[in-house]
Amino acid sequence: MELREELKYSKSHEWVKEEDGEVTVGLTDYAQSELGDLVFVNLPEEGDEVTVGEAFGDVESVKAVSDVYSPVSGVVSEINEALLDAPESINEAPYDAWFIKVKEITDTEELLTAEEYEAWAEEEKNS
Amino acid sequence: MGSYVPSTKEEQKQMLQDIGFQSMEELFASIPDEVLLKGSLDIPEGKSELEVRRVLEGIAAENKVYPSIFRGAGAYRHYIPAMVKSVISKENLQTAYTPYQAEISQGILQSIFEYQTMICELTGMDVSNASVYDGATAAAEGVAMCRERKRSKAYISSTAQPEVREVIKTYCFGNGMETEEIPEKDGVTDTEWLKSHLDKETACVYIQHPNYYGTLENPETVAEAVHEAGAKLVMGVNPISLGIMKTPAEYGADVAVGDGQPLGLPLSFGGPYLGFMACTDAMKRKLPGRIVGQTTDRNGKTGYVLTLQAREQHIRREKASSNICSNQALCALAVGVYLAAMGEAGLEQAAVSSMSGAHYLAKGLAETGCTVENQGEFFHEFVTSSEVPAEKILKALDEQDILGGLPLDDRRILWCCTEMNTKEEMDRVIRTVREVSEC
Amino acid sequence: MLVFEKSRPGRGTSVLPPCEVETVTLPKKDRREKKLHLPELSEGELGRHYSELAKKSHGVNDGFYPLGSCTMKYNPRIDEETANLPGFTEIHPLQPEETAQGCLKVLKFSETYLCEITGMDRMTFQPAAGAHGEFTGLLLIKTYHESRNDTKRTKIIVPDSAHGTNPASAAMAGYSVVSVPSGPDGCVNLEKLREAAGEDVAGLMLTNPNTVGLFDKNILEITKIIHECGGLCYYDGANLNAVMGTVRPGDMGFDVIHLNLHKTFATPHGGGGPGSGPVGCKQFLAEFLPSKLVEGEEVLTFRKPASSIGEMKSFYGNFQVVVKALTYILTLGREGIPEASRNAVLNANYMMFKLKDLYDMAYDQVCMHEFVMSLASLKKETGVSAMDIAKGLLDHGIHPPTMYFPLIVDEALMVEPTETESRETLDDAIEVFRSLYELARLNPESLHEAPVTTPVSRLDEVTAARHPVLRYRFEESL
Repeated sequence: MELREELKYSKSHEWVKEEDGEVTVGLTDYAQSELGDLVFVNLPEEGDEVTVGEAFGDVESVKAVSDVYSPVSGVVSEINEALLDAPESINEAPYDAWFIKVKEITDTEELLTAEEYEAWAEEEKNS
Repeated sequence: MGSYVPSTKEEQKQMLQDIGFQSMEELFASIPDEVLLKGSLDIPEGKSELEVRRVLEGIAAENKVYPSIFRGAGAYRHYIPAMVKSVISKENLQTAYTPYQAEISQGILQSIFEYQTMICELTGMDVSNASVYDGATAAAEGVAMCRERKRSKAYISSTAQPEVREVIKTYCFGNGMETEEIPEKDGVTDTEWLKSHLDKETACVYIQHPNYYGTLENPETVAEAVHEAGAKLVMGVNPISLGIMKTPAEYGADVAVGDGQPLGLPLSFGGPYLGFMACTDAMKRKLPGRIVGQTTDRNGKTGYVLTLQAREQHIRREKASSNICSNQALCALAVGVYLAAMGEAGLEQAAVSSMSGAHYLAKGLAETGCTVENQGEFFHEFVTSSEVPAEKILKALDEQDILGGLPLDDRRILWCCTEMNTKEEMDRVIRTVREVSEC
Repeated sequence: MLVFEKSRPGRGTSVLPPCEVETVTLPKKDRREKKLHLPELSEGELGRHYSELAKKSHGVNDGFYPLGSCTMKYNPRIDEETANLPGFTEIHPLQPEETAQGCLKVLKFSETYLCEITGMDRMTFQPAAGAHGEFTGLLLIKTYHESRNDTKRTKIIVPDSAHGTNPASAAMAGYSVVSVPSGPDGCVNLEKLREAAGEDVAGLMLTNPNTVGLFDKNILEITKIIHECGGLCYYDGANLNAVMGTVRPGDMGFDVIHLNLHKTFATPHGGGGPGSGPVGCKQFLAEFLPSKLVEGEEVLTFRKPASSIGEMKSFYGNFQVVVKALTYILTLGREGIPEASRNAVLNANYMMFKLKDLYDMAYDQVCMHEFVMSLASLKKETGVSAMDIAKGLLDHGIHPPTMYFPLIVDEALMVEPTETESRETLDDAIEVFRSLYELARLNPESLHEAPVTTPVSRLDEVTAARHPVLRYRFEESL
């Protein structure tokens, strides 16, 4: 599984990047490989509020749908509309295929480092 | 007793013994005694095929089959080409399950893809689903798919078919959307009233065109107002009229729905019919029900599959936008065959003959002293009012084995003509109404 | 090739005569200007086209069809003939009641017999399918609670083994869904059910036998728990084919049910519809039923129930389908109905017992009309999945069992042979299942490639969903 040292990770398999008070969220490489070929993404709208630990959208494969959770509470400042037409980019380049950016952060869950996340994912895989 | 179980009693016994049981009862041992049915069911003894045929023929004979029908109001007697009945009787198509196993279901999948294409052609919309139960449920699903988080109110035109309005309200009672009826003015939807009520909580407006009374609405005016308010227009249409009528897409509809029954399905006391649903490309992910898509197999050969399935209940469960599971596949097949057999010219002929017949009849009835109530142009239905009680007129027609129009109240009748009604039949109706009026 | 691709300008059929009266046209602003592309083919060409489509479809007469939860039994031909009598097909739904006494009689007889089979008091035929029936039944429950000013009930309990339509229907009726887990025996976990039951519960949806093919022996306790918390019990009739004439939902404590006439009562599935999903209920719910009820003895009339939930669809439901089901019930009758169920259960057990030495059964005990096997261990050992075995069956002319359902069983295949299959058919299918198991071990690759004898091989569903092509594009409209 590919990991990026500079990113943080949630136990629900989102990657998180924080820059100047704005948080960018996407799905990890491990998540996309477990979910298989993704065919569609449902995203929130700009201005929507998101809450720590709650689903802000979902991803569809041919025969399944899985929630994507927000690791922070705040307001959606931008969504990646390109994903709507090219969901395959999540499979192809998960760390470039960001879902949403969040501002006005009021709460953040405890996030994992790349190393910690790798251990967490391994554990989940074997359980 | 009739039976479709091939195994004889002896074979059943052998099968039981083969797997280590002595009696059928042992297989049901997990059912607690206290719930077991004591004694046998109180239904008649089974019958042979000939006996059953006699019973059902006897029941059918208690219905009156009118050779001549001038009643529509949501169910229309059009001509059904012989090809339609022949195709939908083919057992491989008729008895198959939903085409989840695409490799052995290409025939059904292709027929739905062809149906979707034809519905898109008829309505001018971008995307069609594989059909839903009927026109009324299509309207209700159409309204539901327009709901947005902050928009959950639907305005329903009171000039739409009563059954359709009722079904929309029932569905909204379930899902929590608010509904309000738009009053009628001069026999059509009151657009001024509508304009003053549309706001940022409006999800959509439902109108029917031609409306319940046959009159053409002003869909363009409605569409403009609706879109200005940021809401959606759901338009109910008669598919036969689309042979000559401007398409819902050109009028500005976001969702077009209707009952496909006029396209090759018999009256059958109300069903099975089919609801068609088509929408703009922007709304396709919100479209409920099955959808067939084109793709390729491993060898690059073109094929068809059920697609966008993650919208549906079997995957999304409680988060699905609709619980609908089935489509009316065999009815969709009938519609496809009907449209293929009729062609553009045939459908146009059905529409023109129906509309022209209605105008001939309306003119004739007006000459007998009835008043044609429709203030605007009408398609193949119209309303008359008369000094003579509707009941009296309809009774006189019934005596001649003619099913007259639908009585709306004591004096008003909603008439319908299709290409099935000959000039001789229409003249007979006019003559009869004149006789009733004169005596 | 699509019908549109076979079309040639100027060809066609001659179905309708010209208009006999003066032709009227629409006002210009309402006239169609967009070209209407419909096929232009001779009648003979059309006949060939649809014969070709029929050849590429698999009906119940084309081979064994053990599709779990779908009850793909033989569809009697007499049912088609009776349903297509002109005395039924030519009847307008808004004809005066006195001229449609035969139609009302069909509804009355069907109601009487189906109420007897299910232990219900009244029944509506308006719902067009099982899911539509579920929605109807839940609205009955909702209206019942509202009529008692009991407005705090916002939840419907659904077991985790339920059909997807159950939670979806509950959501459509405005309820939130509480999923209760099944125990290791595949039945409802009573402890968890007790925890979930409370004064915010509107009702429970359950199918019994359940989706793993077992009769929940605690059924009386289950319905009691729900009734004690003030909720109602809804029976999903999908699996009624196992127990007709043996046990009735009404006697198990259910208040409202739906049936699938296209499963249990042998009406054809039509490639996905039309079905019919009548809803039955106990007397205390009867006045909430939708549409109209048939009343009377000699002269039959329609009556709108006093506190009806409203209309679920136009008119009275998929009437022709009801005629087929009535024909079927009259044919089988008092003895034939339970005989059908008994043989459905026998056939399922026969197959299960002859396969369980090779295939892992999800619940290794006597089953009802269907059983579920798990291919998880086979997949682990050989890489051959439930999907691969299913596709392998296609090359033997057998329609695969239901795959990957219920969700609580890993790599599930759900097998429902039905009562209309002979021992020889079952034996042949058992042989095929066994040979595929061997093949999975010897040559797993070949199963990944299956099917190879069908008109197309496995299709690219990913591209179909990512970049949907949902209609044919005519040259002008490109």
